[in-house]
Amino acid sequence: MSSSSSATSVPHDGTDAEARPLAVAEPSILGLPASFWPRILAPIAVGILVLGLWEFAVRWNEVPAYVLPGPILVGQTLISDWGTLSTSLWVTLRITFMALAAAVVVGVALAVLFNQSKWLEMALLPYAVILQVTPIVAIAPLIIIWAGDINLSLLICAWIVAFFPILSNTILGLNSADHNLINFFQLHGATRWQTLRHLKLPAALPYFLAGLKISGGLALIGAVVAEFVAGTGGSESGLAYRILEAGYQLKIPRVFAALLMISLSGIAIFLATSLISHLLLRRWHESALKREN
Amino acid sequence: MDTAYLSTPHAVRETGAEPLVCVRNVSKQFANGTLAVRDVNLSLGTGEFVSLLGPSGCGKSTLLRMIAGLGSPSTGTIDWPSAGEGMEGKTERDLGFVFQDPTLMPWANALANVMLPLVLKHVPKREAQKRAVEMLALVGLKGFEKSYPRELSGGMKMRVSIARALVMRPKILLMDEPFAALDEITRHRLNDDLLSLWWRERFTAVFVTHSVFESVYLSQRIVVMAARPGRVMADLDVSAPYPRDELFRTSPEYAHLCRLASGKLKEAIGA
Repeated sequence: MSSSSSATSVPHDGTDAEARPLAVAEPSILGLPASFWPRILAPIAVGILVLGLWEFAVRWNEVPAYVLPGPILVGQTLISDWGTLSTSLWVTLRITFMALAAAVVVGVALAVLFNQSKWLEMALLPYAVILQVTPIVAIAPLIIIWAGDINLSLLICAWIVAFFPILSNTILGLNSADHNLINFFQLHGATRWQTLRHLKLPAALPYFLAGLKISGGLALIGAVVAEFVAGTGGSESGLAYRILEAGYQLKIPRVFAALLMISLSGIAIFLATSLISHLLLRRWHESALKREN
Repeated sequence: MDTAYLSTPHAVRETGAEPLVCVRNVSKQFANGTLAVRDVNLSLGTGEFVSLLGPSGCGKSTLLRMIAGLGSPSTGTIDWPSAGEGMEGKTERDLGFVFQDPTLMPWANALANVMLPLVLKHVPKREAQKRAVEMLALVGLKGFEKSYPRELSGGMKMRVSIARALVMRPKILLMDEPFAALDEITRHRLNDDLLSLWWRERFTAVFVTHSVFESVYLSQRIVVMAARPGRVMADLDVSAPYPRDELFRTSPEYAHLCRLASGKLKEAIGA
């Protein structure tokens, strides 16, 4: 047992290797993990049940379509009005994604600035909070007057709603880097930039992604709400205006079809941001970790 | 048993010839008024293995961090006689630091973690990679380059941490209770491997611990410290030769040295 002279270069006897957590292989059905299916099938079953009851209730009580259309009629409207609605969907989505992109850029940039300078943070963060807590419906008319261009004002409104979660989460993430690791960087003479790039930004990534998930939905809500307030018409109008317009004309099935498109877009955005988050974190972060207990 | 022990080659490392670090009259008072360290004088010889032994709150970690340059003394000086003018107080010294926790970057694999000090010093990527791979092999982690910290056991993470501290081939390795959180078996293995690394690489080692047994097993010198305020109570020589192994761990000499150090520690706690 004279291990002191030989142990370093010799392969392990397994003491450490055996203590490693085991990667557990899960049985899969149709290429997806078995535990994944209930998560898809259960909500679908509930959805079908509710839609069925809804259709049945509308038909049984002979509710007129301008009060409450059944799901089948909504589906038919979605197909027949697809031309108009899809153009509007595109307008709304374009504003949503531009606002989200601006929120990411400004949110992360401000968070990094605040992290580098406590003075800037003290001076500016309260205004970011004020921007966040002011109801967007209340300031949207002002923004529309000031911005002049309607698309620009919609973009600004959606951005205001979307950027705060990214800002505040990224600030938290940048400040949550392991203190001993910060010391380690100091010991090795790391510059501010190196500490930011190799330590603080990676440490902030999970927090930023959590903010992105929230902001994705908020950008869509912001884009829709702002358009409701603006109430613009013409060819360049988004889904919110289609809803207003159809409401005035008592085309309630179309209102529902547009609402459905907004909901589906929101769900798609959530799934997309969740997927991005999962792909970026799966190798190392606790949130993406699967445990067998 | 005794004879078997004595038959191992006697090799006492020449130390103390030239001091690497001189701690002179160092005191440290924190902003809240706590006197963490009071009037410590300590000289660390080049190539020496020194343990700082004491109860929690005796300022041994604070002292270690000051030697590393993390936080400066309130009074007194820490000199590096061989460093030359204008080098003291800066972080550019050749030192490696191992924290109580592995303190690895969870988003980077073992190789990238070990490469970090080289990357920060702008060593070309290919060379950095080569040196990191060598260092990982040296701590017994060949084949685990691509593993992420969460895929490694506690002992393996600590090995990565040691590899990262040694990858710059520092003159001095500072360790702050590195094995305190590990189980007994893993700790013994890591103690053995640390000793052979020290024997091979010839760095100066400063090891903070609260374990009498660990300090006797590892070091040539044990500095016993007392708490509130933190101060040096005794400076013991451990004259047993290297390499040390299981035979040493079970020898009467080891037991005797442990009793001695334990007595000093008891005095320090009572003081």
